[in-house]
Amino acid sequence: MEQVMTTINLSAVYPEIILACFAMAILLLQSFDKGRCKDYYGYVCLIGVLAAIAVIFTQPAGFASQSVGYSFNGMWVVDNYSRFFKLIFLLGTGLTVLISIKYIENEAMQHGEYYALVLFATIGMMVMASGAELITVFLGIELMSISLYVLAGYTRTRLASNEAALKYFLLGSFATGFLLYGIALIYGSTGTSEIRAISKFIATTGLHSSTIIIGMALLVVGFGFKTASVPFHMWAPDVYEGAPAPITAFMSAGPKAAAFAAFVRIFMEALPTLQGKWTPLIWVMAVLTMSVGNIIALAQDNIKRMLAYSSIAHAGYILVAFLSAGELGITSILYYMLAYTFMNIGAFAVITVLAGKGEEKVHIDDYKGLGYKHPVAAIAMSLFLFSLAGIPPTGGFMGKFYIFSAAIKEGYIGLAIIGVINSVVSVYYYLRVTVAMYMQAPSATAESEGPALVFSPALVVALCISAYGVLSLGLFPSAYVAIVKSSFLALH
Amino acid sequence: MMNSLNFPILSVITYLPLVGILLICMIDSKRHDLIRWVAFLTAVVAFLVSLPLYFMFDSNVWQMQFVENVPWVSQFGISYHMGIDGISLLLVLLTTFLSALAILSTWSAVTERVKGYMISLLFLEVGMTGVFCSLDFFLFYVFWEVMLIPMYFIIGIWGGPRRIYAAVKFFIYTMSGSVLMLVAILVLYFMYYKATGVLTFDIVSYYNLGLPASAQTWLFLAFFLAFAIKVPMFPFHTWLPDAHVEAPTAGSVILAGVLLKMGTYGFLRFSLPIFPQATVDFVPVVLCLSVIGIIYGALVSLAQSDIKKLVAYSSVSHLGYCMLGMFALNMEGIKGSIIQMINHGLSTGALFLLVGMLYERRHTRLISEYGGIMKVMPIFAGLFLLVAFSSMGVPGFNGFVGELLILIGAFKAALWYGLIATIGLVLGAVYLLWMLKRVAYGDISKDENRKLKDMTGREYAYLLPIILFIVWIGVYPKPFLDKMDASVVHLLQVVNHQGSARADARKSIGLDTTSANKNHEHLAADQRR
Repeated sequence: MEQVMTTINLSAVYPEIILACFAMAILLLQSFDKGRCKDYYGYVCLIGVLAAIAVIFTQPAGFASQSVGYSFNGMWVVDNYSRFFKLIFLLGTGLTVLISIKYIENEAMQHGEYYALVLFATIGMMVMASGAELITVFLGIELMSISLYVLAGYTRTRLASNEAALKYFLLGSFATGFLLYGIALIYGSTGTSEIRAISKFIATTGLHSSTIIIGMALLVVGFGFKTASVPFHMWAPDVYEGAPAPITAFMSAGPKAAAFAAFVRIFMEALPTLQGKWTPLIWVMAVLTMSVGNIIALAQDNIKRMLAYSSIAHAGYILVAFLSAGELGITSILYYMLAYTFMNIGAFAVITVLAGKGEEKVHIDDYKGLGYKHPVAAIAMSLFLFSLAGIPPTGGFMGKFYIFSAAIKEGYIGLAIIGVINSVVSVYYYLRVTVAMYMQAPSATAESEGPALVFSPALVVALCISAYGVLSLGLFPSAYVAIVKSSFLALH
Repeated sequence: MMNSLNFPILSVITYLPLVGILLICMIDSKRHDLIRWVAFLTAVVAFLVSLPLYFMFDSNVWQMQFVENVPWVSQFGISYHMGIDGISLLLVLLTTFLSALAILSTWSAVTERVKGYMISLLFLEVGMTGVFCSLDFFLFYVFWEVMLIPMYFIIGIWGGPRRIYAAVKFFIYTMSGSVLMLVAILVLYFMYYKATGVLTFDIVSYYNLGLPASAQTWLFLAFFLAFAIKVPMFPFHTWLPDAHVEAPTAGSVILAGVLLKMGTYGFLRFSLPIFPQATVDFVPVVLCLSVIGIIYGALVSLAQSDIKKLVAYSSVSHLGYCMLGMFALNMEGIKGSIIQMINHGLSTGALFLLVGMLYERRHTRLISEYGGIMKVMPIFAGLFLLVAFSSMGVPGFNGFVGELLILIGAFKAALWYGLIATIGLVLGAVYLLWMLKRVAYGDISKDENRKLKDMTGREYAYLLPIILFIVWIGVYPKPFLDKMDASVVHLLQVVNHQGSARADARKSIGLDTTSANKNHEHLAADQRR
C-alpha cells in the first residue's frame, strides 16, 4: 500500500531531526564546556543514535507492515528498504562512537566536533537512503562526504591524516561533479529529477536520446567512486590508511552502504529500462573490483591498508548482487551490508586498540604473538577475519552464500565462480593476520616496549555487539532473512 | 523399520565436544592435566554415546536412520537435517573412536598451550562428526568448512618447522576445492527449484533428479574437485605430505584417519547418487587417477627418509584403493572401499601414533637415526610390525579384507586397472618392510638409541584399542560389512537406474551377484580363520 502525501510530513524525517538536534546540542555544549570531563559527548551522541533507532522501528510500524510512505512532494520516501539501511548506518555509527571514546581521549583530541561530524555524516547517509529524488540524494551525498572529508583529517598533527583528507576531498569533489553532471543530463532528457517519474517517462516515451545513457554512465562513475569500486577506487587505500582508525571503520561500513542504497534505488527504480545497458558495465566493474581488491591486498603489510583493499573487494561482491537485480539480489545486499558492518567495524575495533597512541602499530608484524598476550582480543579478531573471509558459521559466510545464490539464480554462474575464487584468494591475506597472532613469536623489540593494551568498557561493548552480530547472522540467519525479505525494494 | 529415537542422538554426539570446550574454557590454563582429562573424558563419553548407534542401527533398510529434521533457514529451504545410513555409520564411529585416542596420545607430546590444543581437537571432532551426519547441503557445507579452522590452528601452532606454510596451504587448497562445490550446490539447488518448484537443500531429495547429462558433467567436476582434493587423489595430493609431516601426532592421526575420508565419503554421498551418468562417464578417468595414485604414492613412499613422510605418502596410495573400489561401481568394490576407509583410518592412524612415540623419545623422524630398535623396544617393534602388516594387507589383518574386496571389484569392472593395482600391494609391502628393517632390526647403530624405553602404560592404552579392531576386522569382518549392505545395494540401484542409459554389462553383474559376493566374503573370512 502506498500513501502519497503531498504535504509536509515531519514524522517521516523524525530520525534525521533527532540526530541533527543531538549534533547541534553537542556543538553547543562544547562551547560552554571548560574542558573538564569531555568523554560524555560520546555518550550523548549514543543516546541520539539509540533514539533515532527507536523512532525508525516505530515509523510507522514494525517491519511486518510493508508500508511505503512518500512525503515532501515525492522527494522523500520511508519504506522498509530505507529503514533497514538507516538501521545499518546507525549501527555503524553507534559502534564507531563506542570505539572512538577511548581513542580520541588517547589522541588528546577530545572535541565535540568529532561526534557532531559523525552524526552529520550519518544524517547524510540517511538522506541518501530515503531520497526519492535525485537532488535530495545528492544533498545527502554532499552532507555525508563533507563531514567525512573533515573526519579523515581529524588528527591534524599527523601527516598521513592530512594527506588522506586532502586526497579524499579533491578526488571526492571530482566524483561529485560527475554525479551532478549525470543528474543534470538525466533531468535534461526526462524533465524530472523524481525517481519514479523518471522511470515512468522512460517507460512511456522510450529511449529517444543518448543523453540519458551518458547520464547513467556518469552516475555509475560517481557511485563507483563513493562505493570505492575499481577503477574508481584509487582514493580508498590512502584515505583508509591515513584516517583515524575509528573513522576508517566508520567509512568502510556506513558510507559504503549508503552509496549502495542510493545506487540501487536509482538504478532499480529510475532506470530499470536501461538494465541491458548497465549490465555489461557493472559486470566488468564487479570482476575488476573483486579481483583487484583481493590481489593487491595480498601484498599489503599495513593492516589498515590491507583492510582498505579488502573493503574494495567486498564492494565487488556487492556489485555481483547488484547485477543479479531481483528480490534475491537486492535483499542479499541488505544482508551483506549488515554482516559487513558488524565484521568490519569489529575488526577495526581491535585494530584501534592495538594501534596505540599515534597509531604506530598498524603493521601486520605488530600482531605477532597477540594470541598469547591478549587471547580474547585475538579470538575476536580471528572471528571477524574468518567472517570477512567467508568461512562458516559466520555472518560473512551467510552473506556471501546469499549473494552468490542470487547471482546463480539469475544465471551469472561465471561471475559466481570468479567471486568464490576471489574469496579463496582473500583467505590468504586474512590468514596472514591469524598466522601473525598465533603462529609467530613477537619480535624482540616489540617485546621490550609495548604498553599494556587498554580495553575500555565502551570498546568491549562494541566488540561484544559485533561478535554477537557476526555469529547470530551466521548461525541463526532466519530472523534476519525475514526482515531483509520484507525490506525488499518494492518496484512500483 | 526405520530407527526414529525420540532422542536426538546424532546431535548429542556431534555437540558433546562443545560441552567439553566450555568446561575447558573455565579451567585455568596452567592446569594442564585437568584440561587433558576433561578433553579425554569428553571424547570418551562422545564415543560411548555413539556406540548405541551401532547396535540400534537396522541394517536391513537403506533409509536414513536416527533422523532429526527441523527447519533452520526456512526461507531458503535450509533445514537442520541429520541422519546416518550404512555408509556413514562406521565413519561416525571411527571419528569418535579416533578422536578419543588422539587426545590421549597428546598427553606428553604437547606441553605448551594445552588449553588451545584440546579446544581445537574437540572442535575438530564437532566438525567431522557433523560432516558425516548432515543430510542437508548447507549444513554439510558449514561443517565441511568449519572443520578447516581447528585443523589450521593445530597444524599452524603446534606443528613442525614448516608449520605455517603447511597450515596455510592446507587451508587454501581445501577451500579452493570446496568453494566450487558451493557454486555447484547452488546451481543444483536452482535446477531442482525449476524442476519441482520446491526450495530445498535436502540431500536425499536430489537422489532421483534425473539431471540432463551436460549439466551432470559440469556439476560432477565441481564436486569432484572438492572431494579429490580432500581424498587426495593423484594430481591434487600435494598439500597432504606437507600437512601430515608438519602436524603434531594427534593432528596427523585425525587428518589421515578421518579427514581424508570426508573426500571419499563425499563421493559416495553426493557424486555417485546425484550424478550417476557423469559417474559412469568418468569411471575411466577416476580409475586411471586412482591407479596412478596407488603406484605413485607407493613409489614416493619408497624414497622417503622421514618415517612420517613415508606414512603420509602411503596414504595417497591407500586412498587410491578406496577410489578404485568405489568407481568399480559394484558391490564388492564399494563395500571394500568403505571398509578400507575404516581400515586406513585405523592402521595409518596407528602408524602415525607409533611414529609419534619414536619422535617423543628421540625428536627425530629420520629413518637413518634409528636401527636396531627391536633390541631396546621389543614390544614396540612387534606392534609396529603388526600395524605395518595391517597397512600392507597381510591376511588376518584388516587391510587384507578391504584390499581383497576392492581388487575383486576392480577385476570385475576393469581387469587391467585391477592388475596394475596389485603391483601397489607389492610395493606397499616393500616400503613398509624396508623401513621396518632399517628402523627396528639389525644392530643398534646410534648410541642415543641404547637407552630408549619401551612402551608406557598410556601408550598401550591408545594403541591396543586400535590393534583390537585391526585384528577383529581382519579375522571376522562380517559385523562391519553387514551394516552397510542395504545402503550400498540402494546406492548401486540409484547409480544403475539413472546411469543405465550408458550402463554396460559390468554394473548389472555387480547388482545381480549380491548374494554371490556375500559368499565370497564368508569364504574369505573362513579361509582366514
